[in-house]
Amino acid sequence: MTHQPPLTTTDVLVIGAGPAGLTAAADLAAGRAGEVLVVDREPAAGGIPRHSDHTGYGLRDLHRVLSGPAYARRLVDRAAAAGAGIRTRTTVTGWADAATVEITSPEGRYRIRARAIVLATGARERPRTARRIPGDRPEGVLTTGQLQNLVHLHHRPVGRRAVIVGGEPVSWSAALTLREAGCTPALMVSEHPKAESYAAFNAAGRTVLRVPVATRTRVTRVIGKNRCEAVEIEHLDTGRRRTVACDTVVFTGDWIPDHELARAAGLTLDPGTLGPLTDTALRTSSPGVFAAGNLLHPVDTADIAALDGRHVAAQVRRHLDGECRSAEGVRLIADAPFRWIAPQVLRPGDPAPPSGRLLLWTDTFVRFPRITVRQDSGTVTTRRLPWPAAPGRAFRIPSALLDGVSPAGGPVHIGVR
Amino acid sequence: MTATLPRPHDGVFDVAVIGGGIVGAAIARELSGYDLAVALLEARDDVGDGTSKANTAILHTGFDAKPGTLESELVARGYRLLGAYAEATGIPVERTGAILVAWTREELDALPGLKEKAEANGYEHCRIVGPDEVYRDLPDLGEGALGGLTVPDEAVICTWTTNLALATDAQRRGAALLLRHAVTGIDPGDEATVLHTAAGDVRARWVVNAAGLGADHVDRLLGHDRFTVTPRRGELFVFDKLARPLADKIILPVPSSRGKGVLIAPTVYGNVMLGPTAEDLTDRTATATSEEGFDFLLTKGARLMPRLLTEEVTASYAGLRAAIDHPDYLIETDPPQRYVLVGGIRSTGLTAGMAIAEHVRGLLADAGLAMRARETLPEPPRMPNIGEASPRPYQDADLIARDPAYGTLTCFCERVTEGEIRDACHTAVPARTLDGLRRRTRAMNGRCQGFYCGAAVAALYEQHHSHDGCHDHSGDDR
Repeated sequence: MTHQPPLTTTDVLVIGAGPAGLTAAADLAAGRAGEVLVVDREPAAGGIPRHSDHTGYGLRDLHRVLSGPAYARRLVDRAAAAGAGIRTRTTVTGWADAATVEITSPEGRYRIRARAIVLATGARERPRTARRIPGDRPEGVLTTGQLQNLVHLHHRPVGRRAVIVGGEPVSWSAALTLREAGCTPALMVSEHPKAESYAAFNAAGRTVLRVPVATRTRVTRVIGKNRCEAVEIEHLDTGRRRTVACDTVVFTGDWIPDHELARAAGLTLDPGTLGPLTDTALRTSSPGVFAAGNLLHPVDTADIAALDGRHVAAQVRRHLDGECRSAEGVRLIADAPFRWIAPQVLRPGDPAPPSGRLLLWTDTFVRFPRITVRQDSGTVTTRRLPWPAAPGRAFRIPSALLDGVSPAGGPVHIGVR
Repeated sequence: MTATLPRPHDGVFDVAVIGGGIVGAAIARELSGYDLAVALLEARDDVGDGTSKANTAILHTGFDAKPGTLESELVARGYRLLGAYAEATGIPVERTGAILVAWTREELDALPGLKEKAEANGYEHCRIVGPDEVYRDLPDLGEGALGGLTVPDEAVICTWTTNLALATDAQRRGAALLLRHAVTGIDPGDEATVLHTAAGDVRARWVVNAAGLGADHVDRLLGHDRFTVTPRRGELFVFDKLARPLADKIILPVPSSRGKGVLIAPTVYGNVMLGPTAEDLTDRTATATSEEGFDFLLTKGARLMPRLLTEEVTASYAGLRAAIDHPDYLIETDPPQRYVLVGGIRSTGLTAGMAIAEHVRGLLADAGLAMRARETLPEPPRMPNIGEASPRPYQDADLIARDPAYGTLTCFCERVTEGEIRDACHTAVPARTLDGLRRRTRAMNGRCQGFYCGAAVAALYEQHHSHDGCHDHSGDDR
């Protein structure tokens, strides 16, 4: 069969119309980088904020505070006003070659070839199955994403009494959504010694939401034949188990990038983030293919993803202007308790990472982190940072900490004491 | 067509088949190819919602069956029948082949015997291969394989579509599909047997018991006491589609006295499956997965293919096989009662189903049920393709041009379109629950498990489910 679907060309193709993709598209189109096209598989552009119906969006990128849906609308409007084309219900189903993707949409099957491609496909929460939690398979077991979709976009009831698994910012967001849907968040379960989320949100959670938090606790079983009836939980230190009655369980956080396209393209992935391995210019291992947003750091706030979009736009423009990839770089490696670092490659001559910061994810809480940067059995630098490293949210370090790294040296280890 | 369909005479069916799994649906289809009024009774609100929905979905050559058994004969014949039927109806099949891997000296020594056994079963294509060839075909296999036995004709199939095709075909041929008809009592009579069900009485001259996990209960309702079904739980992990390149063949363990063991198999949906466990229970509703089961599978998986465990788990589930205290299929006729028992059909029943149906038809004819093959039969149904090996609607430019709903992806991970979800609600045997919709389309079966699509799929289902004729079909057709 030699029949090929029709081919469309553009200068820049952005895959994913969330905060990162839309911001990149807006900046590229406004900067007259050529024709910019954004595709998204959802019926509406805007990404996750579309169904995160609470405030707190836009602080770092737009310097104002908006609700999720209002923020999403504003990003869509900015990209459209700048001249970027936005196609929704438009799914990239594969790669025809390294610069060409295959599309399915209600308008048909076609291909898009671009001089530069920005992957901004975001991240999702691991559902119960991916967390390998046994038990029955009843109705009422959700992720926050599904919960918010149900409540905010489809206005559907969810249940009466919920257990929330996780203690990240998104877990409190789930609690808000449950409350709004008339479902009582009866218990929040976190494996960490304290609920990980921001102190401010935590305080608000305690006073406004009044959700009890079971720390050092994990879910060991889901119970219920048709509708969920309970979960069994275990205290990690005592091993004691008990069941908690609930008709709804929301599995929150525990993010994984939506990396199907990155893997299908054969891009080198980072084993820590599971997103594409990128340098500080957000280049992937495939020339002309860039990545931005929560695909790279699962997961950070929407405004941080948006700032990635702004950063990558400048790099894409340089690529379109004919800039070639710079020299070999050194690899950045996150040492335990850090789970990952993004971006992961430092090349001489490259720009600082977005906002001049590297993002890391810690598995344990460190109140007064002293960061150490080591290369080739020597210490490059150590610095005490005034903010804690807390599980459940990205930890930021200034990229200036890497200023003493030798471009010709071996891998750079970043640790904490 | 309707005028020629056999109708129950005075409200009495010629044959009532109890159980809408693979075996019951195959029997109903087979018998409705004759001038018989056939009813297919299913306890649940969908066909294939019990044992048949949760198996390892392997189309077996029968190479490892016990030679000379009824099972061996019917699996070998069923393999050919179902293979051809899959071609005709579009049931997804992938002819991947299998390798039975020996990990110990003892297992290696068992391979020649297994090859001879395959030959005794009439299967001649097995070859004994060395470790080099094993690793050439399965480079990601764990270290330490000593050799293997190839079974080039083993295949994977879609158990859901198989069941639906057979039930749809039976219905098109005139069989009455009676859902939510759990049989609670049976009164055999001189002219007709009365089956008391949750949805009212059903009368039939002959009764075929293909009730799977409940077959011994039904058997006792007819006054027999010949066997007990032991629900044997099998737990499985389904790994992400991105893992599929790791296992392009079915990887079988060398069978031991404890059963067939844990296998790794590709699925027709593009995933990789690890399982099953084998655990005898008493509770026939115990389809929950367990910590012990997961631990066991993960330990086995770490040995068989460590790389597989670094991939994400998309789904886990447990199925119950209807194990019985009898070494072979238990298919027996009771002419005075006008009753046929089809019991003890274990996991091979998916492959053997159509051959079991032929066998049962023969038994009925021998027992005196007069039947004549109908001269014209409707074509077998063409089933929606939910397998990865053939083009799916989202890949079909012509189809999308005719109907943009096939270009509108609703479930992103599984690439299920709005058109397919709509169709699954309006088809001959429509989805009546979200789970039924999953089995017809794959919607929500993917890696995100509804993070993106759950709400949209539910909304679409509600829209189509509540505004058309796809309500409960129970009680009509009579």
